[in-house]
Amino acid sequence: MPRKSMIQMSALGAFALLSCLLFMFYKIGGSWSFALEERGIKLAAIGLTAVAIAVSTLIFQTLTQNRILTPSVMGLDSLYMLFQTLLVFFIGSNNPLMANKNINFIATLVLMIAFSFMLYHLLFRRERVSIYFLLLLGIVFGTLFQNGSSFMQMLIDPNEFLIVQGKMFASFNSVNGPVLGMASIVLILSLVYLAYWFKYLDVLRLGKDQAINLGVPYFKLARHLLIIVSIMVSVATALVGPVTFLGLLVVNVTYQLFDTYRHKVLIPGAILLSIIALVFGQWMVERIFTFNTTLSVIINFIGGAYFIYLLIKESRG
Amino acid sequence: MIETKQITKKYQNKTVLNAIDLEVPEKKITAFIGSNGAGKSTLLGIVSRLLKKEGGEVLIDDMDINEWKSKALSKKLAILKQNNQMTARLTVEDLVSFGRFPYSQGVLTKDDHEKVTEALAYMGLEPLRKNYLDALSGGQQQRAYIAMIIAQDTDYVLLDEPLNNLDMKNAVQMMKTLRRLVDDFGKTIILVLHDINFASCYADYMVGLKNGEIVAQGSTEEIMTSDKLKDIYDMHLDITEINQCKYCLYFK
Amino acid sequence: MRKWILVIMTILLAIMSVFVGVENVPLSDALHLTKEQVDILMISRFPRTVSIIIAGAGMSICGLIMQQLTRNRFVSPTTAGTLDAARLGVLVAIMVFPQATTLTKMLVAFVFSVAGTFIFIQLLNRIKFKDTIFIPLVGLMFGSIISSITTFFAYKNNLVQNINAWLQGDFSAVLRGRYEMLYITIPLFLIAYIYANRFTVVGMGESFAVNLGLNYKVIVAIGLTLVALMTSSVILTVGTIPFLGLIVPNIISIYSGDNLRQTLPLTALFGASFVLACDILGRLIIFPYEISISLMVGVIGSGIFIILLLRREKYAA
Repeated sequence: MPRKSMIQMSALGAFALLSCLLFMFYKIGGSWSFALEERGIKLAAIGLTAVAIAVSTLIFQTLTQNRILTPSVMGLDSLYMLFQTLLVFFIGSNNPLMANKNINFIATLVLMIAFSFMLYHLLFRRERVSIYFLLLLGIVFGTLFQNGSSFMQMLIDPNEFLIVQGKMFASFNSVNGPVLGMASIVLILSLVYLAYWFKYLDVLRLGKDQAINLGVPYFKLARHLLIIVSIMVSVATALVGPVTFLGLLVVNVTYQLFDTYRHKVLIPGAILLSIIALVFGQWMVERIFTFNTTLSVIINFIGGAYFIYLLIKESRG
Repeated sequence: MIETKQITKKYQNKTVLNAIDLEVPEKKITAFIGSNGAGKSTLLGIVSRLLKKEGGEVLIDDMDINEWKSKALSKKLAILKQNNQMTARLTVEDLVSFGRFPYSQGVLTKDDHEKVTEALAYMGLEPLRKNYLDALSGGQQQRAYIAMIIAQDTDYVLLDEPLNNLDMKNAVQMMKTLRRLVDDFGKTIILVLHDINFASCYADYMVGLKNGEIVAQGSTEEIMTSDKLKDIYDMHLDITEINQCKYCLYFK
Repeated sequence: MRKWILVIMTILLAIMSVFVGVENVPLSDALHLTKEQVDILMISRFPRTVSIIIAGAGMSICGLIMQQLTRNRFVSPTTAGTLDAARLGVLVAIMVFPQATTLTKMLVAFVFSVAGTFIFIQLLNRIKFKDTIFIPLVGLMFGSIISSITTFFAYKNNLVQNINAWLQGDFSAVLRGRYEMLYITIPLFLIAYIYANRFTVVGMGESFAVNLGLNYKVIVAIGLTLVALMTSSVILTVGTIPFLGLIVPNIISIYSGDNLRQTLPLTALFGASFVLACDILGRLIIFPYEISISLMVGVIGSGIFIILLLRREKYAA
């Protein structure tokens, strides 16, 4: 790793650590053990989401060679919203599927992963598949789901809508121990799975033809990477709600900061940035806005502004 | 040896290649020639496995191309297309190092580093090794890609219009380099060429395509005649000889 | 050739659309309408049909232009932050002018979305971007900043559901006196057609455009402004309709290529007749009630597009 990247990475690491400490210990009063446990779980959930979103968006963009796509174009976020809306609409918010966090998590996760496999199965029956068609199909399904949910959301009783609205924005407040445990296991497994394919990622940046020329089993690789991406996105979304825009932001800031194609720099960089964004953002939501806004508001505002600042700064320099 | 049997390719309902049988001579430069849309690039794409074919087979060293493992094949055959769209920002050295990927899978050994250095030297790219590709001229970029192919160190090298966007001097240098690769290192090179005279001066063997079929093939000597070229290009061409090399004049 | 089929189809569907509805106005009465029937046609049916055609054609064209300008098939007309700016405008209209008429509120929102687009273009001019991907990228980031502001206030004031309902595509609310803003788009169609070739050229990149004697920045700005004006007048009068901007241009491009002069009319006609057909069906299926257009387009569109894509995929690649 070049020296400049080393320094940047260390700075990011230090900043991330600082945010975590701030998050854990700021104005900790009363019972330490209780507060630490509560905050610890939340922090772990944030870390897990940060890893899942950063890694999945990065490899998705590497695969599609497109800097503005996030895995949400595969329709997973919309499926999540549709499922939650359907539950509230048909069986009400008191049903265990909605009210019990563990059951809701498992059901959501299974549904999302099952959907991705169905989609890939539909396409990968053929030997070679164009990613372009896959993305178009994902968008079509996504729009369908999204419409279904917006339609039902209009009909839902306003009180029940508040429950749905709660699901519309990412939130770390409802995560509990068992759910976190399950999510961690799934995430770790998918990371191990990714490790096997990791060496091909840099080559993919050269484009499909070059990758094939250099002996990358492109179509097989694409299939496996897509599966990994869907599992990661499903875990993060089922855990805390839709957060994929974070991925777009973080990954683009990472490209801008590090200016490299090497995934062994990009991936840790993106993970650290997304930890900073989420932990710091969550801290602001809780301590400064006292829950009067949502995490996405803060991240999108600060992150978006920072990204544009980076671009303008680069153009001047 | 590279051999094709009865290759067919269709786009929509239009046949672009029809029953192509071809044996590419070893350790020679073979040029695919023909007018636009004759199927040259498509044939090259199929032989290099970048394009799928509807029928027929491609044999690389007597084994069907589909039977080859991607990694093994990438040590045997290299392909360079005419427009390399790349989103990544990398230096010349980075690009050439990628040529060693089939061997090292990304973690370069001492041997790999040597090959990269050799390839850079061979193409005269040492002063530029730390430069970013997007800051180079078209000719320099093309040389960097060729250096990558050299580092990849394959028996077969396939090039799709390697002279595109090169000026006269760069084009001549490129062809001389390719010639040396064949004469000094015993590579087999197949290329798609638009300029018939470059093909005549540097290629050993020519394959003329028209409307998706091979209409003429043979040594350069045999193909560079008015009659054969008329079959390929559908126009009358005069052949002259200067310094033992045949040129075809088509400008007026 | 195919253009004529589409023209005839659009005309037939438009005629049908005028004569389908709860109040019976048979086609046979067309030449001797009663006063009441004339009123129905002029107050409701005619505005509705016109707005469907404009919305269908307009959104599809906007998508096509955006995709050409950015050389990216996954860009939709709302990528330039137009939708986000319009949402902010709706929020401001609801909060600041609660008593105003609908048309006034629309105008407020329209001003916002146009202003948003101009800020966006200013932003682009300050950034030295290397390739066209930066247009949608900056648009997305810019949109996310605006949308975080909107969400911040909407969340505090419980207006999320309200704003979403406003922007949900719905033609039944299109009546005389609240749809006239759509006529702004008609001259825009013409300009779009005149500039079609230039957009194609600009899409090839800055050097290519300059080589042909075009002012790159100006053409991009014209394109974005066209798209912003059309998009905001459509989403504010009838709401957002899924698919049109993204999928319709893609389908047309798969079947007819990318020459804008040629595909622009095809895209417009296909978009218009598709929305007309969906709307007519939506009015007939549960007669005398009707199904909202976004749901119809969502469901029928998804079905048709999935079939088209899968069938097409068999031949392609």
